[in-house]
Amino acid sequence: MKKLSVLFGVLALAALVLVPSMLKSHGIYLFTYWLIYVIATMGLNLTVGYAGQKSLGHAAFFGIGAYVVAIGMQSGLSFWAGLPVAALSCFVVGLILGFPALRVQTIYLAFATLGFNTAVWLVMRNEEWLTGGTFGINNIARPEAFGISFDGNLAFYYLVLGFSVVLAALLWGLLRSPWGKAFTALRDNPIRAESLGVDIRRYTLLSFAIGGVYAGIAGALFGSLVQFIDPAPFTVEASIMMYLMVVVGGPGYFLGPLVGAAVGVILPEWLRFAQAWYLLVFGAAVMGLMIWLPDGLLSIPDRIRAKRQSREASAARAAAAQGVKS
Amino acid sequence: MSASLLKVTDLKKAYGAIQAVGGVSFEVRPGEIFGVIGPNGSGKTTLFNSMLGQITPDSGRIELKGQDVTGMGPLELNRRGVGRTFQTLQVFGKMSVRDNLIVAAQEHQGNLFSRMFAPGDSGLGAKADALIDQFHIKHVADKKAGELSYGQQKLVDIAMAFMSEPDLVLLDEPCAGVNPSLVGGISQLLKQLNQTRKGSFVVIEHNMDFVMDLCHRIMVMVEGKVMAIGTPEEIRANKEVLDAYLGS
Repeated sequence: MKKLSVLFGVLALAALVLVPSMLKSHGIYLFTYWLIYVIATMGLNLTVGYAGQKSLGHAAFFGIGAYVVAIGMQSGLSFWAGLPVAALSCFVVGLILGFPALRVQTIYLAFATLGFNTAVWLVMRNEEWLTGGTFGINNIARPEAFGISFDGNLAFYYLVLGFSVVLAALLWGLLRSPWGKAFTALRDNPIRAESLGVDIRRYTLLSFAIGGVYAGIAGALFGSLVQFIDPAPFTVEASIMMYLMVVVGGPGYFLGPLVGAAVGVILPEWLRFAQAWYLLVFGAAVMGLMIWLPDGLLSIPDRIRAKRQSREASAARAAAAQGVKS
Repeated sequence: MSASLLKVTDLKKAYGAIQAVGGVSFEVRPGEIFGVIGPNGSGKTTLFNSMLGQITPDSGRIELKGQDVTGMGPLELNRRGVGRTFQTLQVFGKMSVRDNLIVAAQEHQGNLFSRMFAPGDSGLGAKADALIDQFHIKHVADKKAGELSYGQQKLVDIAMAFMSEPDLVLLDEPCAGVNPSLVGGISQLLKQLNQTRKGSFVVIEHNMDFVMDLCHRIMVMVEGKVMAIGTPEEIRANKEVLDAYLGS
């Protein structure tokens, strides 16, 4: 099984490296856009899927990352200098956003984070002197490093792919460390976790902060991809969409964001043939998923396994009962 | 320094007009298994929750190893060597049995930063396996805890409380909902752990045979107050207790 997973991983990575080189410009753009959302939702998956914190403010971090780098670049900083500032800003803001989670949970926490997203969005829209307001910030250059320019679409795609792989590896390591177990304990049973010495306050704050860093980095890449930012992509609606991506992919499944972001980014493109009916078809597909697969698409193997085990247990009980009779 | 491991003095907790715990005092000695019995509503769980920082007592003093820990939260108490189980099952259902035990002690290893770079089992794998063996749950060690039977989950639940080798373990109804054949097994396990680890336990339980067999001393609570404290033999012979609680 492990060998099969490794083989699948290698094939998927090979596909991610090779396929875009065969695509036209729009296809490459779409793949890049998807990977950026994969990075952002990897962070949200940590906050929501692993640590169990209901956050509807993730797009705010996405926006903070984008604006910090864009404003930095306007001031003469390079993308590479702005990126750590953006990540650190999101980490600090994430810590601050985590504090309401220490007092409220479930839908109340969701509303608190939603309020945070609205406040950040209002700053982006109203503080024109800093953010350009609704006019946004234009001409965001794509980065270059060691003499290599990532200005071209394919080169920029590979840069984003590199970020995705590194950030996924870091998250994988984090989730395999004791921190991963602490996040899961926090999600599954915070009262028991605390009684076992898990500092649920620290892990709650960290889940928001690290999740925010991922969104911030994704936002910075997003700014470079579209080369123009305004407040529109960072609304509460965008946060809800990111949350949907996590839920559809499978919260708490490592590869969930890969699938969820595909549903949120690529599926709408495939549904373009439906024209005005697109939203209806998309909405119906999501509703169907939530009804039949509430734990997301990646829960399908687990559901099949659980059904098989249940069938085997029933068969064993029936056989035992038959043995008793005879 | 106090000779007792745990000393509770005149602990009081009221909910409105109801005095759930009305001036309870007792001591638990090192290595002792101390039982707390009483009818429903006698204040046992409120006493437990006050001692464990889940609720704040109105007055009174709780000392652990001679230090005042009154009002301290569950996290701080755990770090000072207090483990507990709950009345209802509290395992991490989506984690394997082994991981349940590891997470129960990992926060006692290193600091927050070092744990980020520590191996997944925090170096606790062998210790977890030993406890899994002792609790006879080796055959389900890699299964998710939520997929086990109630009895197996109960064993995991209890084993978790011992994983960090606490000085004091408070067990809230360890036999609740457990079939009679497993009750004897739990009693044996707790006796073994008491002997090998020299820890002290406080046990709330309704199963009289279990309490009388397991505990060195027993406290009987009625209506938030202490009716009697003594050895199982003394409690069995106490006429007041017989009339009020044991009923025979």
